[in-house]
This record gives sequence, structure tokens and C-alpha cells, in this order.
Amino acid sequence: MSFKIVVLAKQVPDTRNVGKDAMKADGTVNRAALSAIYNPEDLNALEQALRLKSKIEGATVHILSMGPARAAEIIRESMYRGADGGYLLSGREFAGSDTLATSYALACAIRKMGKVDLIICGRQAIDGDTAQVGPQVAEKLGFPQITYAEEILDLTDNKITVKRRLERGVEVVKGPLPMLITVNGSAPECRPRHAKLTMKYKHAATPSEKQEAGNDYTDFYDTHPYLNITEWGVNDIEHDIQWLGLSGSPTKVKQIENVVFTAKESKRLTASDFEIESLMKELIANHTIG
Amino acid sequence: MNNIFVYLEIEDGIVGDVSLELLTKGRSLAKQLNCKLEAVAAGYKLDGIGEQVFPYGVDVLHLADDKRLFPYTSLPHTSLLVNLFKEEKPQVALMGATSIGRDLGPRVSSALFSGLTADCTSLEIGTYEDKKAGKVYEKLLYQIRPAFGGNIVATIVNPDCRPQMATVREGVMKKEIKDPKFVGKTHKLDVSKYVSDTDFVVEVIERHMEKSKLNIKGSPIIVSGGYGVGSADNFKLLHELAATLGGEVGASRAAVDAGFAEHERQIGQTGTTVRPKLYIACGISGQIQHIAGMQESAMIIAINNDPKAPINQIADYVITGTVEDVLPKMIKYYKKNSK
Repeated sequence: MSFKIVVLAKQVPDTRNVGKDAMKADGTVNRAALSAIYNPEDLNALEQALRLKSKIEGATVHILSMGPARAAEIIRESMYRGADGGYLLSGREFAGSDTLATSYALACAIRKMGKVDLIICGRQAIDGDTAQVGPQVAEKLGFPQITYAEEILDLTDNKITVKRRLERGVEVVKGPLPMLITVNGSAPECRPRHAKLTMKYKHAATPSEKQEAGNDYTDFYDTHPYLNITEWGVNDIEHDIQWLGLSGSPTKVKQIENVVFTAKESKRLTASDFEIESLMKELIANHTIG
Repeated sequence: MNNIFVYLEIEDGIVGDVSLELLTKGRSLAKQLNCKLEAVAAGYKLDGIGEQVFPYGVDVLHLADDKRLFPYTSLPHTSLLVNLFKEEKPQVALMGATSIGRDLGPRVSSALFSGLTADCTSLEIGTYEDKKAGKVYEKLLYQIRPAFGGNIVATIVNPDCRPQMATVREGVMKKEIKDPKFVGKTHKLDVSKYVSDTDFVVEVIERHMEKSKLNIKGSPIIVSGGYGVGSADNFKLLHELAATLGGEVGASRAAVDAGFAEHERQIGQTGTTVRPKLYIACGISGQIQHIAGMQESAMIIAINNDPKAPINQIADYVITGTVEDVLPKMIKYYKKNSK
């Protein structure tokens, strides 16, 4: 029996190291200027998918990522950890998408895959922190959703049981397949790369990567079909162009500002007994404390 | 038509603070837009909701009272809002950036094809010019939010789609009663007209909700620690100082990630926003995302062994030293000299 799991994953700019040229004039992100990493919570999602794969006979795990050509890196990274393969959705028609246009494109790509039993993704990506794409993809596909998942507890008779970690509590919920699940960062970390799988998939590539590398290896990919990463452009998915990219994005960026705080004139103290005591005395005297 | 809607989060018959804060903001936006403020309550046994929200100036309260609507699940609440919004055509819809609002908001926005901005830190009304289309939009909702790990602040608008949707975290907006005697209209909804039986596919088997034990937001004194505190053990000193002064302990994201403090204590853009009388920042370097959540504190004392830490710029007092050295001195002096 087949059981198809799709993990939605995003290559994200490492927002901990943002330079000056991070934004373009139109207010969208200049991804080329930032180092790119696997979105952390998508790795938690991948782990949940791989755990199911080992429990369900015939289950497969595929990654779907929308992004530039280099986003194929995270599909390979997933294969090193146990995924079966992946799809890269790429093209300039997708550029400038907000969360709604992104979820429309992803939903179109998922429809093209045929029967999908379960979609798992990270709760949110660190570049936007919106947590919107998961639920929006679910709505577009007419799937129910379970967000804030920490652990998939059970899957029997086409029903999936999930533990959710909420701000102020824990819930266990049960729902039917097909289902979309978003996974929290509090879920178990993703397993590391597997040495044998890393060797096996080292040369996995999208058609554009193969083209860039030259045509010498065509035969090699014909005899090793598992090394082919599917690459879809806008014409490979059934779509209505008005819902893609900037035109499919109801939100517009009006303005971007760098954050600058107004500095105060501060009083500098040392940690000497006298200076700490004077400060405390002052705080008590002006009723800040006490 | 064309009003402001706030989705109410309700637990044990009590409307959550985040919703009351949004009502307060919604009230002032409604005044600017010259429209009404409406609220939606979906759940079970909602008789007491009106008296809780009307003082905030709610003109119309929509009540969807049905046993199956509590506890919250995604699909029924989505259907309710989507169908209600199709009838009422609000211009603005606000919800909490909570595990409910962030589950519900995107689903509703997708169904209505309306733009949603998550985790806004400020909401304003203003004009937007689309230069390419040569069009000017008046009185749009400016949805202002940090992005890129807090390094930038973006102003987002939804020029063409309605409602303009936004989520806001608890504690970001202030909660303020408008008129304790005000009573708006109650509009009871026939739930079966909005929600279909097939929406109830996900069942909640177990549920353990804790009332927050902490009240960081309401504490007049906060002793907050960052990664520079060094260890969970050193954090005990912060707890001791907080207990001595009658305050609460807060933490930066880095300290929470390192396991020095619980997530509930996190202060900053991705945690709680606080405005205490006194904020003592211990071993906090002062990343933008943290500063944004505490800069409105009346007085800030920074304790850091790095004299160049960015937080020092916004501090009233900068003590160069270690937590282990400074905090015991503060505790000792206070114990000896307070009444």
C-alpha cells in the first residue's frame, strides 16, 4: 500500500546575520545577499515524517520546496537524512509572493502529485515568522489541519492522533486523512545525516543543476533515476497566473525601516559596593522600589 | 457593513486579555474610520460574554453558542467567520497572535483571499499610493510588524482585499475600558447556517490548559536575564532579586533557547511586551528583538560585563560588572534598608 507524505520545506535566509543589502527597493527580500539555511522547524517536520515512514509499510517522504535553483540544497539535505526525493518549484513568476500566493503555488504543485495522504511542514519560517503558509495550503486543498504539533502519536484506520503544544497547554487531537500538520520547534530534533545516504544521494540534482554541470553525465542519471530531483516551473502546474507572485499577493509592503532606537543618556556605574548601594538608595528614595 | 471585527478568544467563559486589548485598539480605529466595532464570540455557554466586552465599546456582539464550538477546532470556527464575513463585509478583522488566532487567521484569509499580517506590533490608519497603478487609497490599515528577526520593521497594507486582517500578540496593545455602562447589541447566530456538520472532523481527545502562573506583563518590576547570565544556576540570583523586590523574572530569547528560563518568561517581539516601572537587564546584550519588547519601561538598569553592549544605549543606569557580583549586593542592601 502506498502512503505518500509530503514535507513542505523552505530554504531561508539566516536572519541572525542580516546585512545592509538584505532588502530590494520594492520592499521584498534580496535572498541572494544572505546565507541560506534549512528552515529549523521544517527539520522538525521532516523528523516526524521520517518516523512515520519507518512505521508504515510502503510510506514515502518527499520534499516540496518553492524557491530559487539553489533551494535544491535542502531537498538533497533531506535525502541525506532519509527522504525519498523531492520537488523544487522554481521560476520568476513566483517571485514577490506573499503567504497567500505562496500557498496557492504549493497547493497547485501538491495537486499535480496525485494522491497525497499527509502533508507535514514546520509551524513557521524564521524569515517571516508568520505561521500562515501551512493553514493556507490546507484550506486551498480542502484538507483539515492540525497546527502546533509536537508529536504524531498514532495513525490507524486512516485517522491520525497528534499531540499539540500550545502556549498555555497541551492538547491531543484526532482527525482523518488526508491532513496537513504543522510542527513546532519543541518537537524532537531531526536526525543527522546518514553517512550511507549522503554517499548515495551526493549527486542528486535538478535538471537545471545537471545542465549547469554539463551533459557528460546524462547516462549516469538514466541508470540512477533516484538521483533526479523533480523541478517544476509555472507551466508544469495547473494554475491561474493572477493568483501567483505579486499579483496573487493581497498584501503589499508600503515601507521598510531599519530599526533604530533613540539612545538615552545613561549613568555609568561600577560594581563597587558604594556605587551599588547609592543606586539602591536612590531607587528606594524615589519609590521605584520598596 | 464595513465595520471592524474582533474575534474573541474565550476559555472557561472568560474573554482573554489579548481580545480585550484588541477591542481597545479596535475601538480607537473605529473612531478614526467612523465605523462600528463588532466582536465575534464562538463557543459554548456564552451568556456572560456581553457584560465582559461591552464596556470596551463593542457596538455589536455576534454570538455563536453551540456545544460543538468548544474547545476550539480549526474548521468550524473558520466556516463561522468566513460565512459571517461574507454577510457582514468587515473592512478590518483582528485576532490574537495566539495558537488559536494563528491557526484560524490564515485559514480564513485563504478562504476569503484577503491579506493577513501576522504579529503586528502597531496598527494605524493612513494613506497608500500605488505608484505603478496611479491609485491612491485612503484610510487603509497600516499593519506594522518586525521582520527578519527584528532587524527591520515593515508597514504592510492590503489595498484591494477585505477584510484587512491582522494578528497581534498578547500584551502588545493596551487594554482600557471605554465606558463601564455601555451596552451594545447582541446578535445571536444560528450556528447551523454558518457551520456544516462535516466541519467537525477533528476531535479533541485530551486537553490540559494551565492558567498562566506568571504575570510578567502586569509586574511593576522585572528582573530579566540573557545568555550572559551564564547558567540556569545563576538565574536563581535573578529569582532571588525579583522575589526581594516584589517583581517577576523575565528572559531574553537566547536565555530561553539555552534553557535558563521557561518560554513563558520570554520578553521581546516573539515573547511578551512589557512596560514596567523598573526593568533590570542582566547579561542581556540587547538584540533589537528584545529591546522592542521592553524599551517603554520607565527605568532601565543594565548589568553587563561588556561596557559596549547595545542595551546600554537605552539604559538609564549601566552597571559594568557580573551578575554574580552585583545582584547579591543589591539584595543585601535592599533587605537591610527597606521597611
